[in-house]
Amino acid sequence: MSGSHSSTFVMYDEELRKINLVSEKLLREANAKVIFLVDKNGQLITSVGETEHLDTTSLASLTAGNIAATGGLAKLIGEKEFSILFHEGEKDNIHISIVGGRVILVVIFDQRSSLGLVRLRVKKASDDYGQIFEDLAKKAAQEDKDGTPSPFAEITDDDIDNLFS
Amino acid sequence: MSFINYASREINCKIVYYGPGLCGKTTNLQFVYQKTSPDAKGKMISLATETERTLFFDFLPLALGEIRGFKTRFHLYTVPGQVFYDASRKLILKGVDGVVFVADSQEERLDANIESMENLKVNLEEQGYNLDKLPFVVQYNKRDLPNVSSMEELRSLLNPNNVPEYEACATTGEGVFETLKAVAKLILMELKKGTAGGGSGA
Repeated sequence: MSGSHSSTFVMYDEELRKINLVSEKLLREANAKVIFLVDKNGQLITSVGETEHLDTTSLASLTAGNIAATGGLAKLIGEKEFSILFHEGEKDNIHISIVGGRVILVVIFDQRSSLGLVRLRVKKASDDYGQIFEDLAKKAAQEDKDGTPSPFAEITDDDIDNLFS
Repeated sequence: MSFINYASREINCKIVYYGPGLCGKTTNLQFVYQKTSPDAKGKMISLATETERTLFFDFLPLALGEIRGFKTRFHLYTVPGQVFYDASRKLILKGVDGVVFVADSQEERLDANIESMENLKVNLEEQGYNLDKLPFVVQYNKRDLPNVSSMEELRSLLNPNNVPEYEACATTGEGVFETLKAVAKLILMELKKGTAGGGSGA
């Protein structure tokens, strides 16, 4: 594999809408407070629910670090990965799972829901997410094959310098 | 791996600061954090031990402004420099878009720099990257100290490929933004080469 390794992760409007529909359904059915999706590298993809008071960027980065660390643990004992993590707090709990192999699904819930319900609904939603991310990968691969130019193909040194002025 | 979000018109890139223990990686991030206006930065997270040594990583999200209608965000990470945290360092390199190697210029840390550079190459190769092809800059930190190696010596040992390099004193901030700017620029130039699909979707 080349050093540029630029298998960039791309998200389009259409897929994001579909993902948010699945998330909103999951939010309702699991009685959850917040749901967000994070790329395994720690970048927030989208979030729904009561996110106003949350630092979603930090949450995304730490979630990915968490998954990476437990993934490392899994390998040490001969497991491929631990696909579900659960953190129990006094009021709020966090349920973390991997969907479609690449994306991390985080569900935050309180006493209005239960671990059992969340697990059940997450399992169902995971298939829907998995399908959308698979379609997304195909679409991006097609765009790449068609050679659709990057929106950044035309950037100049001045554009870049302006970022730092 | 950068993340282009056409829906929110955002682009996210990951920069990792690498280098031997106590070379000043966290200090670099702290200076950037202090000097960036509040609307352009998120919270800086440090997962550190009680003695302020990095345990897992430091994280600082930065928003640099717009390019062609896309908000550019850079996520800055440091690795734990101490030798025995190698497993953690490997994890943090996942999905990296650009690397800053922070060298400790002090004579007695010369071997530690070389060891860390070798470790960087090995760990990148394990992830399928090649340092020679990745956006990469070198920072020679602690130039203000009296017992530093000469630039010639450091350069010949740590930067044989002549990537952009900067002398720095991270505690006062000298060279810190120059280094960040250089690696960000290399990453954006790399993006410029890509296509809209960028290789794979998910």
